[in-house]
Amino acid sequence: MKILVCLKQVPHQDARLDIDAAGTWIKEDNIKFEINSYDTYALEEALRIKDAGEAEVVVTSIGPDRVTQALRTALGMGADRAVHVKDAEIDGSDALGVAKVLAAVAKEESPDLVLMGLMSDDSNASAVGPMIAELMGVPNASSVMKVELADGKVTCERELEGGALEVVELQTPCVLAVQSGLNQVRYASLKGIMAAKKKPIDVKGAGDIGLSGQVGAGAAKTTIDKIYPPPKGEGAELIEGSTGEVVEKLVGKIKELGLL
Amino acid sequence: MPDELFGTPEHELFRQTVRKFVEEELRPRAREFDELGRIDKSLFRTMGDLGMLGLRYDPAWGGAGLDWSFSAVLFEELGRADNAGVTMGISVHTDMATPSLAEFGSEDLKRRYLAPAIAGEMVSAIAVTEPDAGSDVAGIKTRAVRDGDDWVINGSKIYITNAATADWLCLLAVTDPEAGYGGYSQILVPTDVPGFRYDLLDKIGNWGSDTGQLFFEDVRVPVSNTIGEIGRGFQQQMMQFQDERLVACVSSVASSEHLWEETRSWAQDRVLFGKPLAKMQNTQFKMVEMRTDLRAAKELVRACVKQRVDGEDATELITMAKLFCCRVSRRVADECIQLHGGYGYMKESMAGRAFVDSRLLSIGGGSDETMMHYLAKQLGF
Ligand SMILES: Cc1cc2nc3c(=O)[nH]c(=O)nc-3n(C[C@H](O)[C@H](O)[C@H](O)COP(=O)(O)OP(=O)(O)OC[C@H]3O[C@@H](n4cnc5c(N)ncnc54)[C@H](O)[C@@H]3O)c2cc1C
Repeated sequence: MKILVCLKQVPHQDARLDIDAAGTWIKEDNIKFEINSYDTYALEEALRIKDAGEAEVVVTSIGPDRVTQALRTALGMGADRAVHVKDAEIDGSDALGVAKVLAAVAKEESPDLVLMGLMSDDSNASAVGPMIAELMGVPNASSVMKVELADGKVTCERELEGGALEVVELQTPCVLAVQSGLNQVRYASLKGIMAAKKKPIDVKGAGDIGLSGQVGAGAAKTTIDKIYPPPKGEGAELIEGSTGEVVEKLVGKIKELGLL
Repeated sequence: MPDELFGTPEHELFRQTVRKFVEEELRPRAREFDELGRIDKSLFRTMGDLGMLGLRYDPAWGGAGLDWSFSAVLFEELGRADNAGVTMGISVHTDMATPSLAEFGSEDLKRRYLAPAIAGEMVSAIAVTEPDAGSDVAGIKTRAVRDGDDWVINGSKIYITNAATADWLCLLAVTDPEAGYGGYSQILVPTDVPGFRYDLLDKIGNWGSDTGQLFFEDVRVPVSNTIGEIGRGFQQQMMQFQDERLVACVSSVASSEHLWEETRSWAQDRVLFGKPLAKMQNTQFKMVEMRTDLRAAKELVRACVKQRVDGEDATELITMAKLFCCRVSRRVADECIQLHGGYGYMKESMAGRAFVDSRLLSIGGGSDETMMHYLAKQLGF
């Protein structure tokens, strides 16, 4: 069994985010990064499968040098090796570009399972998982809450609206995009960290995976026009009065909006 | 401190692990541990699993065989646990009660007590101070008298951290009253032996640690529980103090930096006379003065760590650092409580707690005067 886990490195949740001069992304120079929280659950799920039997866990990430840190963390937690796709040509890729790169890595690795988070903490698109599955021509399940493996099949519980669950069965190879909270993510122990020193990180460019000229800003079908913080003060209504009045008005408002 | 001493990817990853542990397991429960008067003992197991409890110890006993730079990372992060008592309890176990056992203990003692200590299955305490002898360590009276293959121990120790949590003590006792500095021994005493008991003491700060008075009434332990050589206890304890003092330096500076950051955001948010406190020049001057002191303290700590990593005798520098860093921490706490005004005086305020907690720094682990007494001798006075 081989599992490929796709990790994205995103700005640290405590990082102070300032918008860049072009107004299309944030300034990345002086902020800390971490592994996308959703992806940590995907990694943990892969490591649990590994702990329960025979499996090789390969982690991959796209990005500049700083991404090494995320890959090393994953190796410290117990992944076996890493593929770092690093190429300025890939900068500015949209979700489809990213999916192409990851699908190309998956093609080379030919894993039984490709795992990743349902979405990324920074762009929230939830697009990459299904796109990889489409590009690979394999089944996909997203918002996965539980994974069970048996006889070349994967049984997953998926979260639907309102907390309902759906059980689906997929043939391997397949792509699973996991929901947060499906497990408790482990720490990298000191022993794991020291063992990770000897684990390899392969660095590849777009050309190495046969994608030269097909990814990056030029190939993107979606571009970001502008990002901005929501304007202050809009949409908020201040309810005033005594505690009793405030509660009454609030309950009225909740009923009016049909929230209960 | 991203540099050649602390800056390898392994240091960074270990820092992340400790930080995550502090953020998820310690900080959210900081006030709960204050109420409890000690850390939840089961967390020692978690720390053991993560490899935090035996950084410099031999891998044969479950240690990581690393150097002091990793200990510095550990205590820089534990210093941010928002509970000085908890940090102290952990550091007593990792760096104050176990170093002698690791360095001088017999294989059998290490197998039975060091390996479980590194795994977090057993917690240790260091029992030196007595009601009538603190700074004057050589004045201790607790007596271990040999009876066949046993030591019979009588006496009392006071202000002992981890009094209730500890499974074993590294006890300093008089084994030969006639032998001067050669008359002391370090003896490993399990806390479940008959004749041992403790009373907890009520402190003005460091609420998250269980400080107690220990009583020994005809406590019997085998002579083979002696750590190292009989009669070398005083010298071994003096060496053990070096780790203790350096830990105090690292964690006090780290927690002061944490307090400094908290105070900065307080000063940015607190508006008086129509503008944020942080916009007043007095505030800015105080903040930069503190930052300068902290930076200097950090550099001094760094120099100590480097000497330890390079295997040099760091006694003089550590003594200076203990004196300097603890005073800086106290000064920072005092300035920060002032900038917080009335809120700073509330128990729930980080500045208020730091004010009482940091006061201990110049007393415990060798007081300021003890440091100066040593340095004066070194400098030929
Ligand atoms: C919260 C807490 C936790 C502690 N944990 C432990 C522990 O785990 N294990 C342990 O063994 N001990 C522990 N201690 C004890 C601590 O190490 C002692 O309190 C410290 O060494 C000082 O000893 P003392 O209290 O007897 O004070 P004393 O030695 O009586 O000192 C009184 C005053 O005299 C000053 N003085 C000392 N020497 C000189 C000198 N040469 N010249 C001038 N002035 C001098 C001192 O600095 C101090 O100001 C703890 C103490 C506290 C408060």
